[in-house]
Parts: sequence; structure tokens; C-alpha cells
Amino acid sequence: MTHSRRRSLVVGAGLLTSALILSGCSTSGDDSGGGDGGSDDLTPVSLQLQWLPQGQFAGYYAALDQGFFEEEGLDVEIIPSGGDIVPQDALVAGDVDYAIAWVPKALGSIEAGANITDIAQIFQRSGTLQVAWADSGIETVADFEGKRIGSWGFGNEWEIFAAMAAEGLDSTSVEIITQDFNMNAFLEGDIDAAQAMTYNEYAQLLESTDPDTGELYQPEDFSVIDYNEAGGAMLQDAIWADTERLESDEEYQETTVAFLKAVIKGWAYAASDPEAAADITINEGSGWGLTHELWMVNETNKLIWPSDNGIGIIDEEAWNSTVEGALSATNESGASLITEEPPSTAYTNEWIQMAHDELEGDDIDLTGADFEPIEVELTEGGE
Amino acid sequence: MTAPSALDAPPAVRPARGRGTSPRANLMRIGLGAAALLGIAVVWELYKWLGPSDGLVIGEARLLPRTSDLAMPHIPDMLTRLFEPVTRADGSPPLWLEVANAAAVTLGIAAVGWLLGLIVGLALSLVMVRWRLAESSLMPWIVLSQTVPLIAFAPVVRSWGSRIEIGAFEWQDWMSVALIASYLAFFPIAIGALRGLQSPTAMHNDLMKSYAAGWWATLIKLRLPASVPYLLPALRLGAANAVVGAIVAEVSTGLRGGIGRMIVQYAGQASGDPAKSWGPIFGAIILGLLAAGSVALIGGGLRNYRRAEVSA
Repeated sequence: MTHSRRRSLVVGAGLLTSALILSGCSTSGDDSGGGDGGSDDLTPVSLQLQWLPQGQFAGYYAALDQGFFEEEGLDVEIIPSGGDIVPQDALVAGDVDYAIAWVPKALGSIEAGANITDIAQIFQRSGTLQVAWADSGIETVADFEGKRIGSWGFGNEWEIFAAMAAEGLDSTSVEIITQDFNMNAFLEGDIDAAQAMTYNEYAQLLESTDPDTGELYQPEDFSVIDYNEAGGAMLQDAIWADTERLESDEEYQETTVAFLKAVIKGWAYAASDPEAAADITINEGSGWGLTHELWMVNETNKLIWPSDNGIGIIDEEAWNSTVEGALSATNESGASLITEEPPSTAYTNEWIQMAHDELEGDDIDLTGADFEPIEVELTEGGE
Repeated sequence: MTAPSALDAPPAVRPARGRGTSPRANLMRIGLGAAALLGIAVVWELYKWLGPSDGLVIGEARLLPRTSDLAMPHIPDMLTRLFEPVTRADGSPPLWLEVANAAAVTLGIAAVGWLLGLIVGLALSLVMVRWRLAESSLMPWIVLSQTVPLIAFAPVVRSWGSRIEIGAFEWQDWMSVALIASYLAFFPIAIGALRGLQSPTAMHNDLMKSYAAGWWATLIKLRLPASVPYLLPALRLGAANAVVGAIVAEVSTGLRGGIGRMIVQYAGQASGDPAKSWGPIFGAIILGLLAAGSVALIGGGLRNYRRAEVSA
């Protein structure tokens, strides 16, 4: 075999060039995000969720299914995440036009340099609970010290530490146990107090069979700490937009208002007809059973409605207390989420207010004054 | 390289492994396989019955699982759950059908990934066998490529992919998953093929030289046939890697329709319906077997060159 050095250099250079050409191709087409979609005259828009399609995102899917986005001249693609796609990162990278993320997580990203803005605070309340057994003696946040506290991690743990900081407790005394996708670790006794969302994991508990009685667990079996009451609650699902484009790109500004109008209509639809909204997310492949999905939509509705300032408006007080919590909280290894106040561009009510103004004449209750949650009876396995 | 020295021996000197082709031997093999499956089921149930209910924990590490129905559902429960509808909604298909559909989607993606890995792996090995400089400069990168954690890699692939749009061609999400699968699949194929292509000894090469055979003729007449015993196990490893890569990449990019996402979805329902979450796990096992089995079929076509197979 002949090993020609010169020829290999030529090949190497050739490989390098073709690699460069290929990577050049791959970065073309930047701001369109969702692709051309094929529909006429509709503006393509992409929205990144923070998890799989489920009742938590019913309003967005309802807006898609009911044609509210189309009415506003938008061709929206909703992109679910399996966990490794971080919505605010996808937004910063320019992969999507808007992203759904919890405020504390986004604050962490903003301090790390992300240039994003909260344009609509969809969830007005926190949906996080900490659940312990009724006979465990854990009744308040003060009982957390020295206990094994469950959390999903990835920024979901900050409410725990904010609540502990507010009470002057030592967060390094708790052992944080990373929770799975289900509540088995809690049911089996590996966790003293597990994190649970009102709309999902808490229902999972009530859908599970108590091996001692053979019946489903009842709310009385648990001691439930609600961070809205215990302190430490932070703002959750919010719509985030690219700050720079929001400032300079007029087309993006128009799209933003249109997008928010459709989202408001979607959530109003979910509030008025939770059964239909649950059907929509099931059809999107949520994979949950009927009763669990309906529970999820109903509990999500409770986090949104009634919305005293109007849906999506960021309440300054709630925002400030989220920032305060994020500043004061230190985790079990002593690290903090953020060290300084976020910039003033971190949130704005400008666009959601415009959307409200444009919807004023329509027959939509923007505050949900008449909102009444339904009663959902859970079944085994949520089916 | 890291391969044991036994691999360097020419394959021809080792006798072919006894492969029973008579119907009786085939029956025997199927019977043994079934017995092994049954054995696992018996061990599972025995442990569940006799094992410590809290499992075995030494220090912080759990060595043996709990025997509760949550951690280890009964085998009959898991099997009957497969034939019950997924949910109580009207027209809900049985669980096994849903799992089979998802498995088919993942298998298709993994197959594309495997093919891509095959092409890239073979191309790399040919370049490396042709130019020694290429081998010494590419090999470290090939090894290094496998140390990149998949969870760091997956979002980047999807992010880049979502920007590719060439004419009518638009990047689909499943292509990101196939690409990640191929990223795992190409490695054993490239290494195995290289080792196989380099397996002819100086004596074999000299013979070809004495025939005045050029590089291409040597490749086709000598190197490629000699590489088959090394390539087949590498292809099988590549197939298994492609399946694992596809499942993990589905989870990480949130691709709908496949078995990876189904595992995560049903894991979320494991508190209320423990047996259900095992459905997609069984599906993933069968998927792996199917992938490895399909490669065995390729091996059948290349029977003439399989004088002895080398474990990769």
C-alpha cells in the first residue's frame, strides 16, 4: 500500500471544505422558526413548551384546535419538550419565537445572559405543593429541616428553598431527593415530603391504591403544604419573548399582540369548556387517561382564573416576591439562583395590555370573574 | 487500539463455530430460549414472594429492589395489562397494539440511523485503511466523539436541524433522532470494519502484490471478504446502539409517536397503574431483539465469508 502524504493532505482539505459548506447550509433561514407551513399569508410562529402536551397547556392547544391562531393570521407550531430542551434556551438560540417557562428558571437564564422578556403571566398562582403523609408530623415548611425533601430538580426546587429562607431555616439541613416522573418514591417511603403539582402529581397520588385498604388514597391521608399559603410561591407558566426583537422588529411586535389575543381566547375556551379542552390535549397525544386529563385542565384553570388584573397581566407584587424569593433562596449546597435584580426588560405588560385593549369589544371575560371550577372525580390510574 | 490480542490473529485459522442447521437443533435452540424466558419469570416471582419486602440497601446504594407491587408488579398482571385498553376512553386500543405501533415508529427511525451509521462507518474505515495519516488523525476524534454526553448533544442537533431548509426539503424532527442514533451506531461499525480490513496478513498482501493487483483490486478481492467476520458483530452492536440512541433521543427531543416517549409518559402513570409502565419496556426489549435479528439475516446472506466470527 502506498501512503501518499500529499494526497492525504488534499483529501483532508477537501473534507474540511465540504464540512464548512455543509455547516454553512445548516445555518441559513434564521428567523422564520416554524418553516413555511404552506398556508397562505399566515405568519409562521413557533411556541416551545416545557413538557409533553398535556392539560397544563390546554389553552394553547385549544387556540390551535379552535382556529383562534388562524383568526389572528398566525400559523402556529407548538413544540413539546421531552426534558432536555430548555424552552428559554431554545428561545435565545432563535429556534422558536416564544417559549413557556417558569419565572424563577427564566430569571436564572437572564442572569446568565439570556435576553428574554416575560410578556404574559398566564399562571397567576403557583401550582406547587409539598405532600407528606398525614401522620408524618410534617405540617409546615418549618418541619422540613433534617428531612428528605423531594423535588424534580432543574430549577423546580427553588420554591422549597425560598419558603425555607423566608422562615429563616437552614436549607443545608435538608436532603434533596430527585423525584422521578411518578410518586412511587414517596409512596414507598424514600421521600418524607414530595413535590407535587396540583394539576398532576397530587392527582397521581389520589389515583393510586392504598395497599392497606385496597381503596384509592384519600386527601385525608396526606398533609399538604401549599406554597401560596406557606410563602415561597413563585410565578410559574409565563410566555417569554425575545427582548431584542420585541424592541426593534415591528413585525414581531404585531405578531406578539396577535399571538397573545389568540392565547387569551384559548384559555377562555378551556375555562368555559374544560371537557372539550381535555379532549383536545388527549388528541394531541398527552397519553393520560380521561379523568386525569380533565383534572389537569380544571386545576390549571384554577391557577389562571379568576385573574383580578386580567389574564396574563404581570402583577408587580407577585413579580417582586418571586424576585425576592429567587434572591434570598440558597439551595442545599449553598448556591443561589440569582445574585442581583433582573433588568427592567425582564417583564413588560405592554403587549398583553394591547391584546386586552383589542379584545375589549369582544365577548370575552378577561378577568374570569364568573369562573367556576368543575368537580372532577378521580379514578384508579386516572383512566 | 484497545482490542484484545486474540483479534489480531487471522480469522482463517479458527474453526467455524458449530451452527446447527438441522430442524432438531433449531427446535432445541428455540426451546432453550423459551426456557430461559420462563426461568427469568420464575426468578422474578420467587424473589417477589421470598425477597425482603424493603429490598436490600447497603449504605446509600440499593442492591436489591423492593418486592412491592409498585416496584415489581406480578408477571400475570403485566401480561394481562397488555391486552386491556390503554385508557377507558371509547375506542381505546389495547395496550399491546399501542406499544407495537410506537415500537414500529422507533424501529424505522433506528433503521435509518443504522444505515447512516453504516455508510459513515464504512467510509471512515476505508479512508483510514487507505491512508495511515488518516488513521492516526481520525481515530482520536472517533473515540472522542463517543464521550460527548447524549443529553448535551441532542438539543444541539435538534436546534441545528430546525434551521435546515434546502429548497423543498425541510428537516423533520425524526431526522434529528435518526442522526443521533447514527452517531451511536457508526462507532462500532467504523472500528470493526477497520480491524477487519486490516486483518489480512503481510503474506496475503504480498500474494496480491505478486499478482500485480492494485489497491482497489486488493480491497475487493482480499480486504472486504476478510472483513466480514469482524464486520458482522460490529453491525449487530451498531444495531443495538441505534435502538438505544433512538429511544434516548426521542425522550430528549420530545419526539412524538415512538417508544421512548411512551416509556416516559407511562412512567408518569406508574403510581396508579404500575403494570402499564412495563408495556413499553417490553416493547423496547422486543425492539432490540428485532434489530439484532435483522442483522443476523444479513449475516445469512454473507454466509460464504463467515469462516469465523470475532466478538467485537
